[in-house]
Amino acid sequence: MVQGPALRRPLTLWRRLDIAARWAFPGFMLVAGLVVLGMPFGLPSQAALRPVYAMACVYFWSLYRPAALPVPFVALCGLLLDLLGLSPLGIWAVLLLLLQLAVIAARRRLAPARFLTSWGAFIGFALAGAGLAWAAQGLLQLRLLPLWPVLWQGLFAAGLYPALARLLIRVHRSAAAVELA
Amino acid sequence: MASLGAVLIGRADQNFSDHLRAGLDDLLAPLYQAVSGPLQAAEHGTGAIGHLFALSQENAQLREQNAELLQWQEVAMALQAQNNALKAQLSYVPQPTPTFSTGEVVADLGGVYARSVLVAVPPVADGQSLVGAVAMDGRGVAGRVVEAGGRSARVLLITDINSRIPVALGAEGAPALMAGTNGPDPALLYWAPGHPPAEGAMVLTSSQGGAFPPGLPVGVVHYDAQNNPVVLPLANLDALRVLRLFSYPQNLPELTPIPHTKPEAKTAAKTAAAAGTHHRKR
Repeated sequence: MVQGPALRRPLTLWRRLDIAARWAFPGFMLVAGLVVLGMPFGLPSQAALRPVYAMACVYFWSLYRPAALPVPFVALCGLLLDLLGLSPLGIWAVLLLLLQLAVIAARRRLAPARFLTSWGAFIGFALAGAGLAWAAQGLLQLRLLPLWPVLWQGLFAAGLYPALARLLIRVHRSAAAVELA
Repeated sequence: MASLGAVLIGRADQNFSDHLRAGLDDLLAPLYQAVSGPLQAAEHGTGAIGHLFALSQENAQLREQNAELLQWQEVAMALQAQNNALKAQLSYVPQPTPTFSTGEVVADLGGVYARSVLVAVPPVADGQSLVGAVAMDGRGVAGRVVEAGGRSARVLLITDINSRIPVALGAEGAPALMAGTNGPDPALLYWAPGHPPAEGAMVLTSSQGGAFPPGLPVGVVHYDAQNNPVVLPLANLDALRVLRLFSYPQNLPELTPIPHTKPEAKTAAKTAAAAGTHHRKR
């Protein structure tokens, strides 16, 4: 991972700051995105975009840079998602953690795979996550919730991931690359 | 494990998550307000530029509209005079005037299965809570406040799936229940059998159950493609900008909205029926 010359460079204050900033970048991006998606843009089904965005971030970073999103941080992001989106507290924390677990378990196969494969896998994971959220929320509120938001989330997942992945791959190679600090 | 614990805590104590949420909303409201200002300015800006090219047509249109509205004003004044005379004959007891605060809608914080907006409100006096206040935009009822912090209030919209509002239909005030479906138009339930709501009938709030004051405009009855009666809300729920939150006087027992205890109070509907009863036992 870390090359020889990088190790030999002295760990100055600026370099430490640089490392910290790079390390914190993915998490900051996730939280900032969640907050920004709450702005009243007036997009249809804008609220369904938020969990998809969170899932896409968690999926991507657990796949290519697991150190970027520590497990407690993912749980906190899930709680933030629940608090912002009026879902019962903790549902998304559990679901995001499950997603992270699943991705880390499947990492050896998914990480070297082609983009299309990882895209398809994400759509599958997102649909599973949205479906589980639908089921859990329906059970906790003891009522049958409409199913179409799950479909919407699947569509959003399919549409959002390529664009987001393009951005995140860039970030992965530059702003979030701790080894380049 | 900890997040599973959070689910349990959220189940056991609804107030806990409400407090957390209100705190977070308070924190985020000024932030959103700072950002949504320029956003709206940009919207108006594009509007102004677009209007420059159509100024004369618009002027003519506005003059026409003004003349029409002046006629309506005369009608309204005549009706008001008549109304006052009739009220005087009936020795009518006027309804208490509600206090209101006006707030800007700063964020659209609905969830996947919830429709709500965050309103930045001026700081409220201690001991007073905005919870239960009726939120209206310029035209009709938009929703009710379910959580309120120091400078923000979360309004559950009438389209939310947990929203149940007793309404009165048409001139005779036939009772029905308006239930949100998470779609754009809430459904009408429990109207009197044999008397289906008429297409185009006005929908007003009803004081049944004591959660709402009577007579606030909500919308218009319409039959959808499946021939089910729905309500087309008057309020522009997709693009709410400013909301007025009316707090009705607390000394009226039937109008006192007490969250978590009444089945109509939408905060209670948030909890499952079972959890709600447990909560009340505490």
